[in-house]
Amino acid sequence: MSRLIRMDRTGHTTVAEWTTGDPASAEEAIAAFRAELDQGYFALVNHGAGSAEQVHELPLDAELVILRRPIAGG
Amino acid sequence: MPSWSSCAGRSPGDSGLSSPAEAAPARGGAALPELANVRWRTRADDRGLRRAGRLWTLSTAAHAGPFVLAAVVLASASPILLPFAALCLVHAWGIPELYAARGARVAKPVGGARDRSERVALGLLGDLVDHRARELHARSGLMLEPGRLGTWLVGEAGALLVRPGGHRVHCYCVRATDSALPPSDRLAHLLLALRTDEVGFATVANLAFSGATWRVRRRVVRPAREALAVAVHEARGR
Repeated sequence: MSRLIRMDRTGHTTVAEWTTGDPASAEEAIAAFRAELDQGYFALVNHGAGSAEQVHELPLDAELVILRRPIAGG
Repeated sequence: MPSWSSCAGRSPGDSGLSSPAEAAPARGGAALPELANVRWRTRADDRGLRRAGRLWTLSTAAHAGPFVLAAVVLASASPILLPFAALCLVHAWGIPELYAARGARVAKPVGGARDRSERVALGLLGDLVDHRARELHARSGLMLEPGRLGTWLVGEAGALLVRPGGHRVHCYCVRATDSALPPSDRLAHLLLALRTDEVGFATVANLAFSGATWRVRRRVVRPAREALAVAVHEARGR
């Protein structure tokens, strides 16, 4: 089961879950993913060991996709 | 102090570098999208960071030097002026200390409730790092993250970059734009942005201080000193 989560004021919220063998859940996840990007979130996949990748399309083979807000110089 | 030294922002070109902020892609692929908000900046790189460090040192010397000179002149003019000479020396010593104190503030934890949302956020943050970094964060509030430019310590409202060799540290003010986030989520935002594009991260962040590691070590909150010592140790091995 793959998850799309959004970091927010609750800690994080699971926005969508999908499995590659279930096209309906994947389509719902893609729609949710696009809606979050439209809200101004950035999506990324953490590869561990100091590496993360920004994604613009939902990578269906990823286990975890994280949505974050922008950062700025303080 | 250079005009870009405050957390309010840097002026164009002062990070010293090679290409416009959006021109060069990040090592792993896409550049940090926040670079679009700082188009006037050039992307940070190793050479630029060295240059920025030298500028900081020169600037500090330019601020403190006249007070040292004044102290020498006063002391040699008349013994009765020795107290004034001493005051000048204190002033000369205090200037870099004040700048270092400002830099060290980036390692301070932010306010905000450490409630259930923070526990949830902390769980996610813990999943992003290895055991060693997790333990150091539990003790210090800072997350150790080795990078190409040096060894990073990421906090909730900024980051410290210990340069290779461990002698110099750059202190960056940078934050997640959503102030309602629990503290660990703020840190996770910075950590993930750093991992996505380290150079872009150093470009977006505002440089609050660059100077000797020992100056910052004296000024950071006590739990952060251990993390800084670990980062310096790592940086010395690079």
